[in-house]
Amino acid sequence: MEPGQTTPRLQAQDLGCRLPGHEEWLFRQLQLTIEPGARMALLGPNGAGKTVLLHALALLIGCDEGQLLWRGKRVERAGVPAFRAAVIYLHQTPIFSAGTVEENLRQPFQLRVHQGRQFDRRRLEPWFEQSGWNPRLWEQSARELSGGERQVVALLRAMQLDPAILLLDEPTAALDPATTRAIEDLVIGWQAACPDQRAYLWVSHSADQVARIADRGLRLADGRLREAAVVDGR
Amino acid sequence: MGDSYLELTYGQLALAALLVVINGIISVVLRLDLAGRLLVAAVRMTVQLLLVGYVLHWIFAIDRWQAVLALGLLMTWVAGIIAVGRTEYRRRGIWISSLISIWASSWLVAALALLVIVQVQPWYRPQYAIPLLGMILGNTLNGVSLGLDRFGRELEANRAQVEMLLALGATSWEAARQPVREAVRTGMIPTLNAMLIAGIVSLPGMMTGQLLAGVEPIQAVRYQLVIMFLIAASTALGTLGVVLLSFRWAFTTDHRLAR
Repeated sequence: MEPGQTTPRLQAQDLGCRLPGHEEWLFRQLQLTIEPGARMALLGPNGAGKTVLLHALALLIGCDEGQLLWRGKRVERAGVPAFRAAVIYLHQTPIFSAGTVEENLRQPFQLRVHQGRQFDRRRLEPWFEQSGWNPRLWEQSARELSGGERQVVALLRAMQLDPAILLLDEPTAALDPATTRAIEDLVIGWQAACPDQRAYLWVSHSADQVARIADRGLRLADGRLREAAVVDGR
Repeated sequence: MGDSYLELTYGQLALAALLVVINGIISVVLRLDLAGRLLVAAVRMTVQLLLVGYVLHWIFAIDRWQAVLALGLLMTWVAGIIAVGRTEYRRRGIWISSLISIWASSWLVAALALLVIVQVQPWYRPQYAIPLLGMILGNTLNGVSLGLDRFGRELEANRAQVEMLLALGATSWEAARQPVREAVRTGMIPTLNAMLIAGIVSLPGMMTGQLLAGVEPIQAVRYQLVIMFLIAASTALGTLGVVLLSFRWAFTTDHRLAR
């Protein structure tokens, strides 16, 4: 790295992943850097390996070659949970434990990595209000929420942990336009609150959406990652 | 002993074996199509038990610790294999996990029984060592296979949930705590149930055997209680062991689900 440059936050070097149980490569020699403050979109056809790449970036799977650097260093085994608390991957289909919305939102604070921090409902309320949330839903079973509500809760569960990077795997797939916009606004607002520190990489199939949410677009296809045009970043 | 119980001849055994005809008649009359299997089962049981009888007869006669140990190892090996055979769950390390946990828990508890509780002299006396180990193994095997099966199913059914917790910064232990807990609980429940109904629904097998052999009922009950406590401890240890070992194999050291 050249002197004077800031250390990139998350850097994939020569990353290569095979399909589980197959010889065939999903991608190889992949280079990707997510700088602090980045608003990035990841495009590409189904089956190109976008989800696998996001899993690899969150160290949820091990790749077959290459390495991942976090603030210039490889993540030690014992440091993986702390890394994942800083680089949070959000599943395409939100997953909840049995219990109410509030119980699910409290759950991460029971993890050792978040010890010393406390669940703060007041902090979440403005975010909920912003997304048109009905207050009675706090007490509802999280597993009985509608698709859009589930996405909002899953997003807020991650956002309240103040990660440095959110890896969003098609969070608005199968949602109506209004809910889609609400979720976009939530993420954009979250990033804008600390624009030099918070970053996201958002997997999307919609060029319109990419134009609304991202400054930079990347396309994963045929095993390679290339720059993709973003019509209008704002 | 000769005074306290009636010895059986092969003639008497043959007489009892004739009773299998009752099962055969029921099968033929109701067209259950079980006659063939019935015959195989009856012959197999007879051959198996007679073989075991002769092996035990030989081991009792030579009275050497090496022979007791060798038979114990063979029984443990078979128990480990059967425990895995009873579950459809297959994962890396399942055989070694089953063998190690059954071996460690059963032998520890059997050693405690022989050396500390019953205080058998010498410790390997086949009359005590083999049946005690056999009963402990048989029950530990149940717990281990139930624990293995439940852990596999829980992990499979809750894979997304486990991955969600990992993604939020959970350690593999934090993410798998629920499947581990459920699996250990499942493995321990049959022993608890057996303890609750012991003596009410039926007399436990060992106690019945001792009564037939002429042992004084209160003594037979004491032995039965001791063996139930041994079984409970070994089942708990074996189940916990196999679930923890399976957990160890299911995750990598950097807190990922093994592919």
